[in-house]
Amino acid sequence: MTLSKVDMDELMAPFPDKVVRNRKKHIVQKDCTESCQQIEANTRTVPGIITQRGCCYAGCKGVVVGPIKDMVTITHGPIGCAYYSWGTRRNKIRADDNTPAEDLYGAMCFSTDMQESDIVFGGEKKLAKMIDEIVGIFHPRAINICATCPIGLIGDDLGAVSKAAEERHGIQVLHYDCEGYKGVSQSAGHHIANNQIMEHIIGKGTDKVDGKYLVNFLGEYNIGGDAWEIEKLLEQIGYKIVSTLTGDSAYVNIRNMHQVHLNLVQCHRSINYIADMMETKYGTPWLKVNFIGIEATIESLRDIAQCFGDKDLIKRTEFVIEKELAAVTPEIERYKKICNGKSAFAFVGGSRSHHYQYLLRDLGMDVTVAGYEFAHRDDYEGREVIPTIKSDADSRNIPELHIEADQEMYEEPHIHLKMSKEKYDELVASGKLGNYEGMYPDMVDGGIMIDDANHYETEELIEIFKPDLIFTGIKDKYISHKMGVPSKQMHSYDYSGPYTCFRGAVTFAEDVANALSTPAWKMITPPWDKADIEGGE
Amino acid sequence: MLDCTPKEPVPEGSHTIGKINPVKTCQPIGAMYAALGIHRCLPHSHGSQGCCSYHRMALSRHFHDPAMASTSSFTEGASVFGGAANLKTSIKNVFQIYDPDIIAVHTTCLSETIGDDIPAIIKQSEIPEGKYVIHCNTPSYDGSHVTGFSNMCKGIVNYLAEADDAPKKEQVNIFPGYVNPGDMREIQRIVTEMGIKSIMYPDTTNVMDSPMMKKYEMYPMGGAKIEDIKDSGNSKMTIALGAWSSAEAAAILQSKCKVQGVPLKIPIGVKATDEMIMALKDGFDVEVPLSLEIERGQVIDTLLDIHFQYEGKKVAVYGDPDIVIPLTELLITMGMIPKYIITGTNGKKFEQTINSMLEEAGIEGSKIKAEGDLFDLHQWIKEESVDLLIGNSHGKYIARAEDIPLVRVGFPVYDRAVHPLMPITGYRGCLRLIEMISNTLLDRRDHDALDQDYELIL
Ligand code: SF4
Ligand code: SF4
Repeated sequence: MTLSKVDMDELMAPFPDKVVRNRKKHIVQKDCTESCQQIEANTRTVPGIITQRGCCYAGCKGVVVGPIKDMVTITHGPIGCAYYSWGTRRNKIRADDNTPAEDLYGAMCFSTDMQESDIVFGGEKKLAKMIDEIVGIFHPRAINICATCPIGLIGDDLGAVSKAAEERHGIQVLHYDCEGYKGVSQSAGHHIANNQIMEHIIGKGTDKVDGKYLVNFLGEYNIGGDAWEIEKLLEQIGYKIVSTLTGDSAYVNIRNMHQVHLNLVQCHRSINYIADMMETKYGTPWLKVNFIGIEATIESLRDIAQCFGDKDLIKRTEFVIEKELAAVTPEIERYKKICNGKSAFAFVGGSRSHHYQYLLRDLGMDVTVAGYEFAHRDDYEGREVIPTIKSDADSRNIPELHIEADQEMYEEPHIHLKMSKEKYDELVASGKLGNYEGMYPDMVDGGIMIDDANHYETEELIEIFKPDLIFTGIKDKYISHKMGVPSKQMHSYDYSGPYTCFRGAVTFAEDVANALSTPAWKMITPPWDKADIEGGE
Repeated sequence: MLDCTPKEPVPEGSHTIGKINPVKTCQPIGAMYAALGIHRCLPHSHGSQGCCSYHRMALSRHFHDPAMASTSSFTEGASVFGGAANLKTSIKNVFQIYDPDIIAVHTTCLSETIGDDIPAIIKQSEIPEGKYVIHCNTPSYDGSHVTGFSNMCKGIVNYLAEADDAPKKEQVNIFPGYVNPGDMREIQRIVTEMGIKSIMYPDTTNVMDSPMMKKYEMYPMGGAKIEDIKDSGNSKMTIALGAWSSAEAAAILQSKCKVQGVPLKIPIGVKATDEMIMALKDGFDVEVPLSLEIERGQVIDTLLDIHFQYEGKKVAVYGDPDIVIPLTELLITMGMIPKYIITGTNGKKFEQTINSMLEEAGIEGSKIKAEGDLFDLHQWIKEESVDLLIGNSHGKYIARAEDIPLVRVGFPVYDRAVHPLMPITGYRGCLRLIEMISNTLLDRRDHDALDQDYELIL
């Protein structure tokens, strides 16, 4: 596929000059003959531009904290924020050996529903009373408190309220200062949530977890059951997942996460902080994986096996790959006939626009424009740029935890992996461990990477590239349809899924094929108009 | 399902603070929805960008259509120093890039807490010739999404409606209330059927139920035209449907332009529809056409024909007050027993109105609550169950936990489609409601029946 050079000035013609200067830095067209160009990311959105971005609270409560199934999460603020983040993300949960159905809060919404008088006189008392009532009614294992926009302004001290409540009730009450205006997107909320989970939950468990190959699966939210599919696959090979973060995760399991041998990271953006901090504190190495796409799944399975270097494990890995592949290949080939050669846009979050490129490639499709709402430069360009990222007023507002090696629990990474230091060093040298290369290397030549895309740019890019399919969220889905382009929601999978691993790829392929070929696309022009166009045929 | 809730109902007074599974959301989404009912309008959310994103998502999920809106994208700096610069920049960018005819600004709890003076900021903004910027305040810590809808309706009247010196025109203003476009279309059809010219706003028909056309328009063909809204000051009368969503805007129009405001219920059910038609008949001195009499007769005929399918069944209703009140009235008309009636929105009138309806019908033992939530409702149901739930999608968890069928009505309905196009108002909407209620109960009966009780004809 050859893609022509996009004239950025023409693309941005109606923008005021200041906006052009800003937005130009957020769009990069890949040129294979050059090394990765710098992209600006994680900076303020232009007011009024019609962004897709959400807020810090959405990143903290909606993405990271909310899915923890056995904690009550109270949103402290007026009613809206709690309401909109209630059941609107498809992080599925279920009861298991450690967590009976009585401890599942996924269908619930708790809001302090602040009123004008609380804004004037402060909401601390109300929050404290609500915690007491909730403990009285539900007896939860632990509680999260998430702040919304006005809380910081009126000066409620959530730390003090939480601490007092912990003393009253003898359970952990964590608070998250994730007011919507913090940072520039959901990303700030991920970081705030990572910090609290790291500081107050991970490492607090004392139940010994047994297993030869213990892993955590970080940055997997179990949308449509994705995590369950991954768990099934990994268990076949002999791994045990101690906890995901945070899809279908439980407080009681997160407390024991420090006992694993290896951390696997699916969504780098939302969870890399914990992966890093666990490495510092416990010496746990981490590996970036991707279970979206057949080839990607195979590569990830092989990489994980290599991390342990165990011959049996490697053999079992190959056996499972062969078996799964044989089962799905005929079906994939069938859908590939419909999908092959088609192009797509992907505008989502902070990692999916990259992950899905693998799966689409399995189907013979190319992503010509890929955008993130809330990624940082490293998600586009790779982690080696991290030292060069300048902090600004917005990013400085998000606290960094200063983590040190735990005196009792720290173990060298090679001991975690049960291998010699030399072998471990070889593994590190291969560049796999603790690394993420970002989206750029996987973009097609001439493909566009766009950060915080707005409505105008999206519309223009659709005109220029005429994609066959757009992967995006609910706000854009119907716009895409009205522009005549089929669209799949990449946050909710349009209520299908799971899309991970081998089976998931088939489900995805079927959904994509259906979206491309649903008969109504051919019926948009009414017959009376067709007669005009086609000369009364 | 909902296993975390206590098996036995909790003692009175256990849940007094905050909301658990609310039956309301915050003001701005209502303001955004109302603003989308103006042709070529871009709603603007003055606050952090998360609110705007959430509101657009919620609206898109309910309507299966784009909900376009922009945001001031506050950062920490704006929350400290105020959002004036963000709003001015937004207004400039929006007009230059997206060229709407009008921007309708609403606030969020952040800009309200800061205390941004929106009218002053608008005055300092660059507004191109012939374009409009209007606003309303929507503090989320007061009222609900219905209040926000009402506040934007008030903002529209305040900024746009004008009266000439000429005598009032033989036309009626319709303030339809927080209802689906399918209802707005139906209400206006009835008025047209009566031979009365009308101006309706907000009018989200062909905006939030817009058809698939050959070409994409960022501003769909629907929505009330600004010149019509202006002209509403010259109308003879306003029918203000819904005490919570429309009455205050009509009162403002009455004092601003001397247009008589007639507060009415949203015409759900026979009685409320009759009342609307009578108000129009009296106000414009017209005859009710045969066509409407036929429609009404069809409803009554149906009620008589199949009353035994639902009569005496107990129902729990929850949702917005302007919907729940006439819906309860319809249930009484159908001979059903509204057992539990809850709204999340505040207002003493809610309990009073429902109570007097029940009293008049001689129904005892019902429980009614304004500012309630679904946790409350669930507790009541655990004490004594009902045969049917009617309300938005959020009740589906109670429906499953307690094994009670659910008829989806109101906002939001996230898990079914097509409903925004189909009316529940007017006589036709009434038929649709009867059909939904009756079919749901009959499906249940069929599903539960033993083989020997399973029958062809019901
Ligand atoms: S911050 Fe306020 S306005 Fe925004 S969604 Fe939350 S409650 Fe609504
Ligand atoms: S997919 Fe998107 S929203 Fe989900 S975790 Fe990754 S970046 Fe975040």
